[in-house]
Amino acid sequence: MTGTRSDATVTPDDTSPPRSGLRLPGGREIGRRLFTANETWTILALVLIMAFFTVRAPNTFLTTNDLSLMAENTSPLLIMAVGQTFVILTAGIDLSVGSVLVLASVVSDEYFVHNGGGKGGWVIVLIGTVIGVASGAGWGTVQGFLVSKAKIPPLIATLGGFGAALGVSYLITGGQDLGAPPGPLADTIGLGSVAGVSWLIVISFVVTLVFGLILAHTRFGRYSYAIGSNPEAGRRAGVAVDRHLIKVYALAGALSGLAGLISLAFNNGTTLTGHTTDNLTVITGVVLGGASLFGGRGSMLGTFIGIFIPQVLNTGLQIIGLNEYWQQVAIGIVLVCAVYLDQFRRRLRERA
Amino acid sequence: MPEESTPLLEARDLVKRYGQVQALDEANFTAGEGEVTALIGDNGAGKSTLVKSLAGALRPDSGQILISGRPVTMSSPLDARAAGIETVYQDLALAPDLDAAANLHLGREIYWFRPLRILNKPEMRRRAVTAFADLGVELRDVSAPVASLSGGQRQSVAVARAVAYASKIIFMDEPTAALGVLQRERVLDNIRRVRDRGIAVVLISHNMPEVLSVADRVEVLRMGRRVARFRAADATVEQLVGAMTGALTTEEATVRSGNGDSAGENGNGDGKDAA
Repeated sequence: MTGTRSDATVTPDDTSPPRSGLRLPGGREIGRRLFTANETWTILALVLIMAFFTVRAPNTFLTTNDLSLMAENTSPLLIMAVGQTFVILTAGIDLSVGSVLVLASVVSDEYFVHNGGGKGGWVIVLIGTVIGVASGAGWGTVQGFLVSKAKIPPLIATLGGFGAALGVSYLITGGQDLGAPPGPLADTIGLGSVAGVSWLIVISFVVTLVFGLILAHTRFGRYSYAIGSNPEAGRRAGVAVDRHLIKVYALAGALSGLAGLISLAFNNGTTLTGHTTDNLTVITGVVLGGASLFGGRGSMLGTFIGIFIPQVLNTGLQIIGLNEYWQQVAIGIVLVCAVYLDQFRRRLRERA
Repeated sequence: MPEESTPLLEARDLVKRYGQVQALDEANFTAGEGEVTALIGDNGAGKSTLVKSLAGALRPDSGQILISGRPVTMSSPLDARAAGIETVYQDLALAPDLDAAANLHLGREIYWFRPLRILNKPEMRRRAVTAFADLGVELRDVSAPVASLSGGQRQSVAVARAVAYASKIIFMDEPTAALGVLQRERVLDNIRRVRDRGIAVVLISHNMPEVLSVADRVEVLRMGRRVARFRAADATVEQLVGAMTGALTTEEATVRSGNGDSAGENGNGDGKDAA
């Protein structure tokens, strides 16, 4: 760093290491960034998996029908993964997502059942949705308080929330699934499509896009990264760390609530027993998407891709006729490899 | 000494106890605008506790903090910040996953559309580039994560952040400890430059030659209280070390005998040392 050169501006093809001055990314810099970027590897993995199955089963895999079915199945998971991304970025974890989904769908459907059942209109649907999202947000807020104010580790706070939310759902329903949400929800949202794309897909993709933009371009997103990266730095810079954490867990709860409505529409009723492993699926997707469990790193694009990897793997293995238990094994291995890769890249970057 | 009558920052009889440990024992401290005050002392003398109290990161059990002669209560770093006080902590307090521009603006984001808190990243990057250039800091990419920077560059980011926002006082806790020779010189240059803007710089350091080269005044803390004050120009390393270890005391008596801070203790201390 002798400061003899003065390449203060960039020449994109400048391949010699910069010695002084300010330098914008360019040329080799972009290559390095691409190499170390989380999403690059995730996209690569997804493309490789898809290519493999396309070659093995050219006529069945990767057809439009197959893809949209996959995306529909994944839509509640994707919405929960969006919230989970924020939580994991703050170095937290939310194990309660699947149970909160069930709780919200139960509470909403309870309202629907008492307000015309299948004959309810759009207004009923809207009110029920608000109720579902609000109950999810409320549940998340409580968990956020436990994590930030009571200093209970997120793993435990949300594990408690996971059990309790499911318990409450069973108490409300007596263990019997509720059915028949209003027509507009079950038929239009659940089965209908707009411009050839299922409403479920549209909703989950729009949610992902909106919160992806919030994550990347607003103060809320930046504080999530900052708190996960170094909460003390945030605190000293005047960031209200506790309050932000509460908001993040509330958001995760609210999105789980929304996922509950999506699930209600998709399944034409509640699915009490269907979501016990949603939390693990969602966390797997987020981590595959490049988010670091230590906080501070990850992106919505990564999550979006990551959440589809287990689904693609599932569908693909089914199509080529492998024993379904292999799916679990494969996903487990992929997950561990992804985290190892994350550590490896982290070390690489820290040494650079 | 009319300019000493109302120093920019003054601490009177600060006491801070941690259980059995008396970190600050009626400690006094003074820093004037446009001068570099070095705060020295052996490990455990109470330097960090004193600085944290003055920067609002810690609440002393008793005592008074005055800015321009007016008593202030600083119950959080935000209060200190509002008073124009910035601190460069020893651990730098940076978010390693955020880039330099984001760290520089952490807690003070610039918005493109304020109602929705949408960040104006290009503007923040531009200002970061300017801030680093002002300091003569070498940073090849303000949008690289701070984790990928060298120790010296991280240090520079923390210093640049403090300099960019401090209007009155900057505390620097061992700002050169992790740096190489060249970078160390640059930080010292920065300190002088900041001082020349009329800001009070309080420098905590273990490096005596460095203290004597950059500081205008030196205050020595020992076992939780100020035991000596020097004009850097008149002091020698031996004197500083003597004061730190207790071999030399210039103001114990004055302070012990009540709150006579303005009663010429400066003259007392300086006179003795100069003699």
